Amino acid sequence: MARFQKPAEGTWTEHYPELGRGLVSFDDSISPAFYEREREAIFKRAWLYVGRVEQLTRNGSYFTKELPGVRTALIVTRDMNGIVRAFHNVCRHRGNKLLWEGTPRDETRGSARQFVCKYHGWRYGLDGACTYVHQASEFFDLRKDELRLAPLHCDTWAGFVFVNLAREPRQTLREYLGPMVGALEGYPFHEMTERYSFRAENNSNWKVFSDAFQEYYHVPPLHTHQLGPTPEAQNPEYEFEGAHYQLDGPHRMVSTSGTHKHHWPAEHLYPSEALTRSGSTGPWDGPDLGATLPGVNPSRIPRWGIDNFQVFPNLEILIYERGWYVTYRYWPTSHNTHVFEGDLHFVPARNARERLAHEYAAITFKEYGLQDCGTLDGTQMGLEQGAFRSFLLNDQEILVRHFHKTVGDWVDAYAREQAAAPAR
Amino acid sequence: MSDALLPQEFAELERWAATWCLATEPERWAQRMRSSMAELRAFYDAFFPRAEEAIAHCDRFPLDDMPPEAERLFQLLHSLLMVSYAVEVWKQPAVVHCGSARIDRVLEPRP
Repeated sequence: MARFQKPAEGTWTEHYPELGRGLVSFDDSISPAFYEREREAIFKRAWLYVGRVEQLTRNGSYFTKELPGVRTALIVTRDMNGIVRAFHNVCRHRGNKLLWEGTPRDETRGSARQFVCKYHGWRYGLDGACTYVHQASEFFDLRKDELRLAPLHCDTWAGFVFVNLAREPRQTLREYLGPMVGALEGYPFHEMTERYSFRAENNSNWKVFSDAFQEYYHVPPLHTHQLGPTPEAQNPEYEFEGAHYQLDGPHRMVSTSGTHKHHWPAEHLYPSEALTRSGSTGPWDGPDLGATLPGVNPSRIPRWGIDNFQVFPNLEILIYERGWYVTYRYWPTSHNTHVFEGDLHFVPARNARERLAHEYAAITFKEYGLQDCGTLDGTQMGLEQGAFRSFLLNDQEILVRHFHKTVGDWVDAYAREQAAAPAR
Repeated sequence: MSDALLPQEFAELERWAATWCLATEPERWAQRMRSSMAELRAFYDAFFPRAEEAIAHCDRFPLDDMPPEAERLFQLLHSLLMVSYAVEVWKQPAVVHCGSARIDRVLEPRP
């Protein structure tokens, strides 16, 4: 017996007929050649989420960001006029990486009035203008006033800082995000400044991990322990149903009813869930965010629990009914490896009890996330084995189907544009 | 002056303090992974019944201005939650079905 009404067509997938309902190839996740095309067609043309404005607390704050899949390292800064800017993290003089601590491969953050190159001491203002050349008179035809760091298109939406590596992005950030994601603009993300950040280097194509987090069909079998300590709760045959699926351009989302453990009797809880009043869906006693939360639960499902927004290409925003949110990012490093970043954001704890509720949610995130990461090796190996060339996706996996179709569409569109462009 | 690390009311937990009063998640995770289940259970069984009292004790102080003994008790509570997954959920120190995966917590709120 279905718990949630499906669209008039009978299934979510058929509600979007352009998706088809046939077998799906994952060759896009095992091919080095496809990966090369994907870097150009997607990661150098889409808007990419690189950090929150809260990471730039005041004028002069900066952080660096590595985008290894497109061989790009960034500086994101709030300049002395409060404008958020992004630059290639490269000195104009001889191409040295400008800002780094530890090793040039490590990301760093801090506060500065100017950026100074470690190599030959060139300096730059936070607006990117070169302000000092060491032994300037030794250079030839030097026009210091024209020397700048290489800027990147950078814009913020709802406190999320995005960059675009295209010379001229085809859409503004707001146009790109579209009405479905854009509707979240007034959600109080800015109040959730207490942050836990996680990082993993995984042996799979970046899309394989994204796939795992855009369907919940896997949850009862893989995360059997998640629902509770009792045999009734640990039912691997429990049938998951998403309450609402929605597509908007390259982006997609699912609303689910969540578990609402704060209504459960104690015997169905792990002792530490009862102690901390927290767990996989976050602290039970969340902050009061007011009655209206823009953009969330777009279809107004009863007993709403979680919204999972998949912002193309590699950002997931999970918004929980208890008033916190999580972001995931998947940064490709080769056709079969990627870096995963998970960030948990809470309204800052006011006391020890609230902090421990956040801590238990953060511990829980990692425990079950390790199960998701743990399967990735096996999925990538299985796909690369080539025993099957196409795969079965059910109606609860509609977002996986849409994701791979979108990736293919972007790569095809880029190839057509390249073919049509006059030779340079 | 006593050498006590924890508030006096929690003196019976002193034997765990040197091992489990750890300030960061990477340290607590590493300590869980290098411990036996017998060690994890012993710590959990000794502390869990008093955890609610320990939270109440820490809550008497501002989060960012606890006396050192309360701060160490707070760290011990963090470790209790870290250990709870091994004891309550997995019945082993490591996550069930995690393969060779590793996730690092690279940023966390302090205090």
